[in-house]
Amino acid sequence: MESLVFFFLAAFAVTTAVLMVLQRSPLVSAIYLIANFFALAALYLLLRAQLLAVLQIVVYTGAIMVLVVFVIMLLNLGDEARVHPRIAIRTWITVVLAAGFLSEIVYIFFLAGTPAEGTTISGGAESLGTVESMGEALFGKFLLPFEVTSLLLLVAILGAVVLAKKKG
Amino acid sequence: MDIPLSYYLCLSAVLFVVGVGGVLTRRNAIVVFMCIELMLNSVNLTLIAFSSFLGSITGQALVFFVMAVAAAEAAVGLAIVIAIYRNKQTVDIDEINILKW
Repeated sequence: MESLVFFFLAAFAVTTAVLMVLQRSPLVSAIYLIANFFALAALYLLLRAQLLAVLQIVVYTGAIMVLVVFVIMLLNLGDEARVHPRIAIRTWITVVLAAGFLSEIVYIFFLAGTPAEGTTISGGAESLGTVESMGEALFGKFLLPFEVTSLLLLVAILGAVVLAKKKG
Repeated sequence: MDIPLSYYLCLSAVLFVVGVGGVLTRRNAIVVFMCIELMLNSVNLTLIAFSSFLGSITGQALVFFVMAVAAAEAAVGLAIVIAIYRNKQTVDIDEINILKW
């Protein structure tokens, strides 16, 4: 049952990702990416990471993708123009490079073997992804990176305002 | 049947490669940006898979920070796209070649 869910979600995620890359209209691309993020959130649940599954939907689809869709509509971008023949060769080089890269990764995973501990999801994983244990980790072991993140977000807000402001 | 770790890793590798292909072939700056988000997410999937299979919280904490960095990157990146559009009236990355040698 679990493997059925996994294969459905995996097929859904890969299909939406490929459609996103192949779409000409940026807005439709964004919609496919949002669908892909929902599939990934479901996969996180399958891996017992409850908090991150919720954050995936809230932060990625709720904040980041809304911002992207907002900018696409603000700039009123049309469909991407047809690829110039001179540039079309770039697409083929990309396909060859990507296929080579993928086969390298799959070769390492399947033929070089995975770590011995990685055969099943560990028994403690259910209590690992809860808000409680994530909170303990973030405010205990990872307190300094957590605080630095707030500084990063502050700088990002200032940077976004300064960059997008009209010069005057 | 339990799903082995390598299935998650392969799915994440496929998503990453699709993202790389998008970055290399697409010419709309915002779509390139979305492909980078896809690559970030595939790495997040790897981290969470390792975290669950090894029973360690570190991977999930790292995903939390990756999400924060992605949010910051989205804000600044889109502001740059808007600034470029205001100057050049295009977001086609083949037209934005002023730094090209």
